[in-house]
Amino acid sequence: MDSAIANTQVDHDTAEHEHVVLPQHRHHFATEEQQREAGSFGMWLFLLTEIMFFGGLFFAYLLYRNWYYDAFVAASNQLSVPLGAANTAILISSGFFMALAVWASEVRKKAMLVVFLILTILFGVAFLGIKAVEYHEKYEKHHIPGASFDASQFINPSAYGLNEKPLPPDMAQKTQMFFFLYFAMTGMHALHMVIGLGLLFWLLARAQKGDFTSGYVAPIENFGLYWHFVDIVWLFLFPLLYLINRHPLAH
Amino acid sequence: MTQPEQHFHDPSNITNPEHASHHIVTPAQYALVFASLLAGTALTVVAANIDLGVFNPIIALGIASTKMVIVILFFMHVKYQSHLIKATVAAGFFMFLVLITMTLSDYISRAWGLW
Repeated sequence: MDSAIANTQVDHDTAEHEHVVLPQHRHHFATEEQQREAGSFGMWLFLLTEIMFFGGLFFAYLLYRNWYYDAFVAASNQLSVPLGAANTAILISSGFFMALAVWASEVRKKAMLVVFLILTILFGVAFLGIKAVEYHEKYEKHHIPGASFDASQFINPSAYGLNEKPLPPDMAQKTQMFFFLYFAMTGMHALHMVIGLGLLFWLLARAQKGDFTSGYVAPIENFGLYWHFVDIVWLFLFPLLYLINRHPLAH
Repeated sequence: MTQPEQHFHDPSNITNPEHASHHIVTPAQYALVFASLLAGTALTVVAANIDLGVFNPIIALGIASTKMVIVILFFMHVKYQSHLIKATVAAGFFMFLVLITMTLSDYISRAWGLW
């Protein structure tokens, strides 16, 4: 085994292909460009599995929304559009700073890269903070599906001062299906953000050491792809969950 | 698209097999994308508050899809990537649509009373 390693070392040193070997360049890639492309390709394959993963949730939403449309409208109107819209803007801002972080890494500006990563983290944390406020409101109103779910305000909305179509008791119970999907989809999205924030702290620590401002952009670039993907999921979650039908008595 | 500089003879095109040119998107371009995404968010809220009947969800999904395409092309740099990456991304979305269509056709042809 030792001799095998030694042989590999010799092969590497006698370099058959002539090119400048940068520290991040792995010897099994012919060129750095090829290495970079292979990395992007791998990251995209991972994101495709993520499309399929969230796709299952989106399909469940599509199906139940068609089956229990009235319950979905009434339940959706219990979500706060100002909070949802603010969170969309916050997440877009986080994505914007992540994009700028990739640029800073490309042009090798370490101080700027660090600042942009911190801004990406701050907006990401702000998003989760607003999400926590929204979840807490659902807890207070007994809108978390399960044993303590309270459907009374969907059966008799006028008693709660709501301008909604009253639902028959069986349809009113179907609002649980909306809230189940709401928590499953936004919860899974939030979990992706928590994981992303963990990775961002790791990238931030390495960025401060100057790891990504000497021509080695791949970890920043590929994390950026992940972060933007999570943004895209939210771009669909916002209209689908918050804006189903904001004028329930029109028809 | 500018080809990367070649410092040596490369007849078998080893240095850049996918003809990928490395492109850096500028902060000004990112700012434009950022502004258009914020405008899209405002537009989707405004559109949701107008009663357009069956067109409400269509417009909402149309705006969300447009925003998605903008993010993928510019924030995720797919516009400047090789054909391999572009085809990979397109294949993923195509596969997703195939799966949605096939599953939906199954459900639609079963629970008649519920549709």
